[in-house]
Order: sequence, then C-alpha cells, then structure tokens
Amino acid sequence: MIVREGKSVFKGVAIGGIFVYRKAEKAVNKVEIEDTAAELARFEAAKEKAMGQLKGLYEKARVDVGEEEAMIFDVHQMLLDDLDYNESITGIIENDKMNAEYAVFMTGEQMAAMFLSMEDDYMRGRAADIHDISDRLISILNGTQVSPEAMPEPVIIVAEDLAPSETVQFDKSKLLAIVTQKGSANSHTAILARTMNIPSLVTTDIEIDQEYHGRQAIVDGFAGLIYIDPDEETMAKMVEKKRKADEQRALLQEMKGKETVTKAGKHIHLYSNIGGVNDVDAVLENDSEGIGLFRSEFLYLGCDDYPSEEVQFEAYKTVLSRMEGKKVIIRTLDIGADKQIDYFDLPKEDNPALGYRAIRICLTRKDVFKTQLRALFRASAFGTLGIMFPMIISVKEIEQIKEIVEEVKLELAREDVAMGEVELGIMIETPAAAVTSDLLAPHVDFFSIGTNDLSQYTLAIDRQNQSLDNFFDPHHEAILRLIQMTIENAHKYGAWCGICGELGADEELTAKFVQMGIDELSVSPGYTLELRKRIREC
Amino acid sequence: MKSFTYTIQDELGIHARPAGMLAKAVAGYKSVVTLDNGTKKADAKRLMAIMSMGVKKGHTVTVSVEGEDEDAAVAALEEFFKTNL
Repeated sequence: MIVREGKSVFKGVAIGGIFVYRKAEKAVNKVEIEDTAAELARFEAAKEKAMGQLKGLYEKARVDVGEEEAMIFDVHQMLLDDLDYNESITGIIENDKMNAEYAVFMTGEQMAAMFLSMEDDYMRGRAADIHDISDRLISILNGTQVSPEAMPEPVIIVAEDLAPSETVQFDKSKLLAIVTQKGSANSHTAILARTMNIPSLVTTDIEIDQEYHGRQAIVDGFAGLIYIDPDEETMAKMVEKKRKADEQRALLQEMKGKETVTKAGKHIHLYSNIGGVNDVDAVLENDSEGIGLFRSEFLYLGCDDYPSEEVQFEAYKTVLSRMEGKKVIIRTLDIGADKQIDYFDLPKEDNPALGYRAIRICLTRKDVFKTQLRALFRASAFGTLGIMFPMIISVKEIEQIKEIVEEVKLELAREDVAMGEVELGIMIETPAAAVTSDLLAPHVDFFSIGTNDLSQYTLAIDRQNQSLDNFFDPHHEAILRLIQMTIENAHKYGAWCGICGELGADEELTAKFVQMGIDELSVSPGYTLELRKRIREC
Repeated sequence: MKSFTYTIQDELGIHARPAGMLAKAVAGYKSVVTLDNGTKKADAKRLMAIMSMGVKKGHTVTVSVEGEDEDAAVAALEEFFKTNL
C-alpha cells in the first residue's frame, strides 16, 4: 500500500481506479512567416472560436456548479479580450513576423509571469487563468483537441494540475475524486471540486506516474490522504467512513435549507453549541440557524493571564460577523468545578461542584466580569447577540448582573461606542432556578436549560463518578418535570426557553420537548441535520 | 479633466471580474480613463493593466476622465465603483 498526503479541499471519501491525466503535449514551434495579414486572420479566427468555447463552458458550469462558480469563464472571455494581451500577440505577429501559436505562447508566458510576481495570492492565482486561455488558443491554432480523453468508468483523476476549464469538462458522473500535485485550496479548480462535492486533494506529494494508471485507490478527504493499492484493513475502514460521509451528505442534501418546523407548524430554533471561533465553520456547514451556546471559557483556558478586552472583543466580533445576523448567544465565563484556571488562584474546595464557580466568581470578581461584558457589548454592533449567565439560583443575582450590565453600557455610551440590541438570559441548571423559574422569568429575555448540571444537581449524582452510572437515568421524571415547569414559566412571562445541554440532542425526547412547547434546541453542529429531520416528524 | 477618488470596499480588491466589467464600461466612452493608486497608473480600458496595479480592499484610487464625454463618463464611473467595488 502506498500512502500520499495532500491538502484536502473537500471532505468526502472516494474509492475507485486511478486515471493518470496528462495534458496533450502543446509543443509550440517558432516559425517565421511572410504573410502577416493571413497570420493575423488565423489568430482572429482562433480567438472567435475560443470565445465560443468559453461561452459553452460558462453554460455547462452554470448548470453543473451554479452561476457564481461559472463566472470564471466569463472572466476568461474578458481576459481573452484584453487590449494588452491582444496587442502583444498582434505585435509579435506583425513586427517580429512570427506565427500565431508562438505569439500567443510568448504573450501568455509574459502575462502569467507578471501575475506570478505579484504579492497578492489572489493575483498570483490568475496566472493559471492566463495559461488556460493561452493553451486554449494554441490548441485551436494547432488543431489539437482540448477536451480530456473519454473515461469509460468513474475514476480518481491524478494530474499535475488542472485548469478550471479541464475540471468542468470532465463528465461529472465519471469523476470520483481529483488529486493534483500542484494547485492551491483557493484555486478555481478547488472551488469547483468543492461545489461539485468531489473529494479532492491539492499540493499532493504524488508522482504523476503512468504506473499508477488503473490501480485501485482511496481518497480520504477528511485526512487529506490517498491510499494506492489499499490493504484490507484500510479498505474496510474507508468503506465505513465513506458510508457515514455519504449518509451525512444525503442528509445535508435532504435537510439543508429546510425549515425546522414541527408537523403542527411550530418553528423550533435549531442552534449550535460551540467552544471556539473555528467551530463556526462546522456551524455554517451544517446549516445551523444560529449559535445557542458559545462557551467563552476557551478565551481564558490555555493562557497565562486574564485575556484582555481587545482579545475577547476580536473573538466575539469574528463569530458575530461570520454568522451574518443570525443569533449568537454567548455564555459568560463558566469556570470552577471541573474547569480550573491557574491564574484565577481559586482556593481548593472540598466540594467544587457546589462551590465557587461561574457567576459566583463573576459577581465577586467584578473587574474580570466587566472586562468580558465590555468586550461583549462592543461586539454587539456586529451581529445579533444574546448573553447568558451560568449557575443562577436567585433573582438577587440577576439584579446584581443587570446593575453591572447597566454600568458597562453607560460607560460605553459615554465613549461613543456603537452597540446593538442585546438579549439577556440565564442558564437554568440548578433545581433552585427551575423551581423558582416563575420568579426569574420576568427579569430575563430567555432561559436556556443546561441539562447536564441540572441532572446532576437534581439527582445528586456526580457526572464524573462512573460507579454511579447504574443509578443515573437521564430521562428521570424529576428532570423532565423541571424542564416542563421552566418552559411554562418562561412562556407565562413572555420569555423564550431553549435547551443547550446534551439532552437537547436526545432524539427519544424530541417529541416530548416539542409537546412541552420548547422554543429552541442547541446542539453540537454535527447533530443539526438529524435533529431537524426528527423535529419535522414531530 | 474630471476626477474622483474612491476607497475600495470589495474583499478581493479590484479583482478580475470587476476589472473586466470596468474595461467594458470604459470602452463605451470616448474619454481616456486613468486609474492611479499613488504608485502606479493604468488605462482603465486595459483589464490586465488594472489588475497588475494590485489594488486591495481599503486602498484609495483616483479615477481621472478626460475627453469630450467626460461629464457623462465620470458620473457613470462613480456609480460603477460604488456598485461593483
């Protein structure tokens, strides 16, 4: 078995035979000519034909991959029409008395070199476009065929590099994967492969060896690997990985863009739980409708000192901007208990789960709390922000929080900082909060039920203690009643109520939650589409 | 001569497509249109020349228009920059 590594541009698995693709040799002869007028006419005719081909490719791409990605062939037409490009070609023909092929070749090389010398990655990438149009003209002038050889069955293409026009010309039904030696993740070919859902690797350390032609291979677009002549174990593993990936993609096809509504027509907000800025990719990929829990702890963990307001602001702003107006609920610092941070210098406790943690730290360490709130309210101008506070047990705490929030808002207003409308909510994760949810609801915009802590506090069972597993029942009636009570009390006072704990993704309970009147479920991005499907059945 | 300055808003700067559209738009006027970013100048009829200026988001360019139809051209180009760049 041979394994080669590349950069993946589309997550998927493909299994099949390798097709080593080589461009037709485009030897360009330098020939002196007599009749420059005839040569100019040859060039004009070739250009017209190339324009026609590009219009055709634009149409094919528009149907196969959509308007936006097809634009590249519109750009190719514009480049082909560029004055500098044309004047250089006709100049070489007229003044140097050279053949059209050579004039095109030289001009293409020159222009491509100009783009390659630029600093900007995007502009450097345009060199490939110049080569693509020049090769097209030369092929027409030479009378050689541009379209790739017909492929008898679906194959994994292995090539040095592919021009966008080559990628689009392949018969989509015969294309399993693309592996190239060159290319970049932002090249048009990569973008096209992604849009066509074809597992692809670029900058792969693979030899473009005819030896590989026809041999069995697996492309793992998750790991960025290609296995040639895979052994049985790898094959079995990859078949399973492919099955799962295909299933997920089918689900995506089926559920993407669909509304999350119950049979009775109630819309449930289906949001995601995330723990860092990079998780937004998964949120968007899975077509989630917002972020229901953004754990802000990651900003505090893994550094030696308190994160500054600026660092926090940048992180919140990035997430809010990337979500483009979709709701983002950020939970304020929730440390203590099983999450310890050295520089906080928290005293050792006999019973940390019932100890100094979360909002209890924030309300005694006002400086830390205010820094986070300032960053949050500053970021609020960049999207739709909700803030929620963890481990609440009483109205008094909400009042204290609101006092600090008002202080922060006043400060920022004095500094002329733009702020958006911000919803304030609390986590319902203590039995105390659930039981007195009727008293808490009038003070907040929303509740989010943290079922993990709520379960352990209600059942008096430590989540970390495995020897108690037999006693732990996540569907315990006490928990369900507290959830029911919380939802009802929220609604009584005009607040909305969601679940952001693990129970939210438990499909056995989805119907029950819907029946109870839940407004929002926030789960790991990977569960989004399955849960949407389940909700639509309820 | 008429001119205006514009700060590029597009994430990719003056990239291939708007540059091509600009070249097409300018070709419809008799006036000579020049782009200037302070270090380089380019004839706006020439797509590759415009692209080779490497104008990025946040950069400011001066667009000068000179010719018999400069009034109409400058108005149309200001609108073009606002819409496409």
